[in-house]
Amino acid sequence: METIKLTIDNKQIEVEKGTTILGAARKLGIDIPTLCHMKLDDLNIENKPGGCRICVVEVHGRRNLSPACITKCDDGAVIRTHTPRVMNARRTVMEFILSDHPKDCLICPKSGHCELQDMANRLGIREIPGQEIAEMSTYRKDTSPSIIRDLDKCIMCRRCEMMCNEVQTVGAIGAFNRGFMAAVGPAFEQNLEYSPCTYCGQCVAVCPTGALTEVDHTRDVLRAIVDPYKVVVVQTAPAVRAALGEEFGMKPGTLVTGKLVSALKELGFDYVFDTDFAADLTIMEEGTELLSRLGKFLKGDKNANIPILTSCCPGWVNFFEHNYPELKDVPSTAKSPQQMFGAIAKSYFADKIKVDRKNMVVVSIMPCLAKKYESQRPEFSVDGNPDVDFSISTRELAHFIRQANIDFVNLPDSDFDRPLGESTGAGVIFGNTGGVIEAAVRTAYELFTGKKLSRLDFSELRGMEGVRQATIDFDGFPLSIGIAHGLGNARKLLDEVKAGRSKFHAIEVMACPGGCIGGGGQPLHHGDSSILKARAKAIYEEDKNKPIRVSHENPYIIQLYKEYLGEPNSEKAHHLLHTHYFDRKAKIVVKP
Amino acid sequence: MSSIKIELRQQDVDKINEICDSFNNEPLELINVLHKTQEHFGYLPAEVQEVIASKLNISTAQVYGVVTFYSFFTMTPKGKHPISICMGTACYVRGAEKVLDEFKKELSLQVGQTTPDGKFSLSSLRCVGACGLAPVVLVGDKTYGRVAPDDVKAILKEYA
Repeated sequence: METIKLTIDNKQIEVEKGTTILGAARKLGIDIPTLCHMKLDDLNIENKPGGCRICVVEVHGRRNLSPACITKCDDGAVIRTHTPRVMNARRTVMEFILSDHPKDCLICPKSGHCELQDMANRLGIREIPGQEIAEMSTYRKDTSPSIIRDLDKCIMCRRCEMMCNEVQTVGAIGAFNRGFMAAVGPAFEQNLEYSPCTYCGQCVAVCPTGALTEVDHTRDVLRAIVDPYKVVVVQTAPAVRAALGEEFGMKPGTLVTGKLVSALKELGFDYVFDTDFAADLTIMEEGTELLSRLGKFLKGDKNANIPILTSCCPGWVNFFEHNYPELKDVPSTAKSPQQMFGAIAKSYFADKIKVDRKNMVVVSIMPCLAKKYESQRPEFSVDGNPDVDFSISTRELAHFIRQANIDFVNLPDSDFDRPLGESTGAGVIFGNTGGVIEAAVRTAYELFTGKKLSRLDFSELRGMEGVRQATIDFDGFPLSIGIAHGLGNARKLLDEVKAGRSKFHAIEVMACPGGCIGGGGQPLHHGDSSILKARAKAIYEEDKNKPIRVSHENPYIIQLYKEYLGEPNSEKAHHLLHTHYFDRKAKIVVKP
Repeated sequence: MSSIKIELRQQDVDKINEICDSFNNEPLELINVLHKTQEHFGYLPAEVQEVIASKLNISTAQVYGVVTFYSFFTMTPKGKHPISICMGTACYVRGAEKVLDEFKKELSLQVGQTTPDGKFSLSSLRCVGACGLAPVVLVGDKTYGRVAPDDVKAILKEYA
């Protein structure tokens, strides 16, 4: 490794050749302000268009100021990061950016979490010279089932474009036009709804301003709770409990399961249940499906659809429907846990408490924005009544809790209600990349071999690498597993499946980097990947502390099959818990 | 979206595919592909961009981004007689803007638009390299030099 020496703010440092000034300064603990730049270390994701010019610094011997995020360090360079000239330039740049930005921070959904707002404050901007004569660029608002685009608030940092194109390889949005008219959006400036957008929400997760936000359903949920004729049932996804605390100043990776349940009860939900229960149910259905396909495959059936692909992640489902419709029979037909929960709540549970499904409102708390779209899919409703009425993100729930003046940090712990609140450790780990397949392995192993597992932690399936593979010994049969998180990584595995070259028996895909813990609806990480790692650790900790850690031993799951469904993959189970997929590939219309 | 909705004929799709093939379907050749395609069709409607994107295996959003970035590419069909007014420095200081305004008034057109009968389209460009003749107007391949606003009517009459 070739290294160079340089001086930043009178401090000496030796760095690897090719390091940027920003990188070297951060090593020294010098905080150069940045706006468009974003780096997620462990995921190899970096956005540095060098566009905003907030990070300019003075390099001795250079006439112009240099942007620290894209300027590589020279050997012997002398750099100063906060000289009067630099401070003056930064303020001017910020004034220009703000002159073309709406000033309605009071009602902006990003208010308080906005990087632009923070930067204006940090740089001490108190007025914008020439504002009276400054031109403002305006653009129509675009509302999709999950995401709202308000480009008046876009500062062209292009983080969203980087996530959509390079990380996710979805290609729904890109920059168009030039100069003042430049904006980021789908081709031909259509609405997101008519683009290949998967609603994974990673664009929202990295947007520094209010240009990209989620559709807020908290008002609808509040109305349902207020309505005395409605029974309101809530389910919370596994990844929520590992991140919600961050919204209330708690350390990343703090598990708040018990407080979450207490808060939901205080908010007035009639039944507080757990999506983890439905995750256990998913394992029963998907695991059985895996074994049945595997059986056919081992008998030499070429159409056994091996590898089986997981289908819990709605962003991923949208992705293959748009990009690989020819493979639409390969993913498991099992619905996602959110939808399994909705279907069971509005049938089995509604019957149990003698409530008509029309008077039951099912709300889900999700780390995800694609879940909003998923809940609105017409195939997930009965006579126009959706199985899941509203899906709100972790962030929306935090807002909701604050509105209700609940002192979240000091809440006592409570337990989920029965029967749909009981879950196993296998259900919890659905929140991490590798978790769904690990949960499936725990159950499939015991069903396949008829033997008890000697260990429950499959560390070979865990980690943050984008594409992982492992072989699990199923009592002499080597089960080959592939795992991808981030849709760009999924594409690599899918291309192999399409070409018939895949060596795997089962593949797990989650659309978001890190899995659901890094979902588009989670508290904003602002580019700090250590937060994702802390959340992942918390999820495995929760698993470890559960008395039951395999899905098929969940007593309420056993009861559900006994009382209602019969057995996994039964006709009734298929009717309620399975789905099918659609070809959504953009068609080129040709005149006959 | 400033394009006219059209349905492509199979021969059009074949032509686009042929152009892409001639550049080995290399995404980095996008600009060259767009040049050739515009040469053939006269403009680049959305449907054409979709075929190019699918053939080069890149997103339509990316193709649209490039088309809207470069002023040479257009999504509206040019008129039978495309009129370009040079707004380069020399032409500009010698009154090109007034000439442009006169064309706008006479044709009731804005820059980038085409008359409903498809006869004329109006665009401005930067320097044709004939600064000695400033201000310069091009109609199709024909160059007009030292154009004054009063000359505009006569020029248009030539193409009536």
